[in-house]
Amino acid sequence: MYDAILAESITITGHGGDAIEAYAARPMRPGPAGGVVVIHHMPGYDAPTKEIARNFAVHGYNAVVPNLYFREAPGASPDDAAATARAAGGVPDDRLVGDVAGAVAYLKGLTSSNGKAGTIGYCSGGRQSFLAAVSLPLDAAVDCYGAFVVGTPPEGMPLKVGPIVDKTPQLSCPLLGLFGADDQHPSPEQVAELEKALQEAGKTYEFHSYEGAGHAFFSVNRPAYRPEAAMDGWQKIFDFFGRYLA
Amino acid sequence: MCTYLTEKIAISGSAKGGSGWFRVTDGSVYFDHPVHAPYGHTLNIDFLAPAQGPSARVAVELSAESARALMKAIEAVLDSAPPGLE
Repeated sequence: MYDAILAESITITGHGGDAIEAYAARPMRPGPAGGVVVIHHMPGYDAPTKEIARNFAVHGYNAVVPNLYFREAPGASPDDAAATARAAGGVPDDRLVGDVAGAVAYLKGLTSSNGKAGTIGYCSGGRQSFLAAVSLPLDAAVDCYGAFVVGTPPEGMPLKVGPIVDKTPQLSCPLLGLFGADDQHPSPEQVAELEKALQEAGKTYEFHSYEGAGHAFFSVNRPAYRPEAAMDGWQKIFDFFGRYLA
Repeated sequence: MCTYLTEKIAISGSAKGGSGWFRVTDGSVYFDHPVHAPYGHTLNIDFLAPAQGPSARVAVELSAESARALMKAIEAVLDSAPPGLE
């Protein structure tokens, strides 16, 4: 099978018409292909996140990672950009939705697009994937251990986000949630609360919590990496996107 | 977890980064995932000059034990400095 991919930095139109940096990875086959917006974790638009995008391309999806910190830190290294965004309290919710909308428009505008697009996000990006899915018409969304979908940041945290579980009735697509049983943000109780909200709203969802895994178990370059959970998680992701995006 | 727990302080001094010395005006102290150190969480300190952009940053990521040792060492040195030098 012809398996070439093309991965490159591009510019897309994000929230408010802003030109922002993004990283695209696409299979070099004519299509049709589903599209995946990869929402990076709090540590930023980094090399492991770009590798995730390339992995989706290898599996036949058009993928794009918007650099959510581009406005604060254009051209800075990912760690410096993340430090700057962190000091500013994170990415505003409305800006995130606008940037994901721009990334979806880019994916659907590709000649190889099958007209479908979904999101996947990690850490703060997990919450943002859910946020995008309750704010935009999507075909699938994956939330990997997103904190504060349920629950409020503890007193003293400068993070400018609040819970968004009340928006569950507006969820536009099936949701896959992947969590670590040892994580405290989100805690197993918060995951259960989100699941209850999805059930009450009659939404299609699939949740998996991994024993022996905590937060960030997909992060291959961090001590939190849990190979068994991550490998099973990748299978679940490809199965889920295979049903709703392919 | 991503704690976002951050103490910000105004500082005055200099730090040496990738492109040489620069005046620092701000400091961030936080306990969160490190970028490089081999721990789940570290005490991170950023010495910053925001007016010069995000890259004007000298960062350290220390184990909690190291950070506490550093804190004591700084206090000990400052406390034993001859009066009138501060």
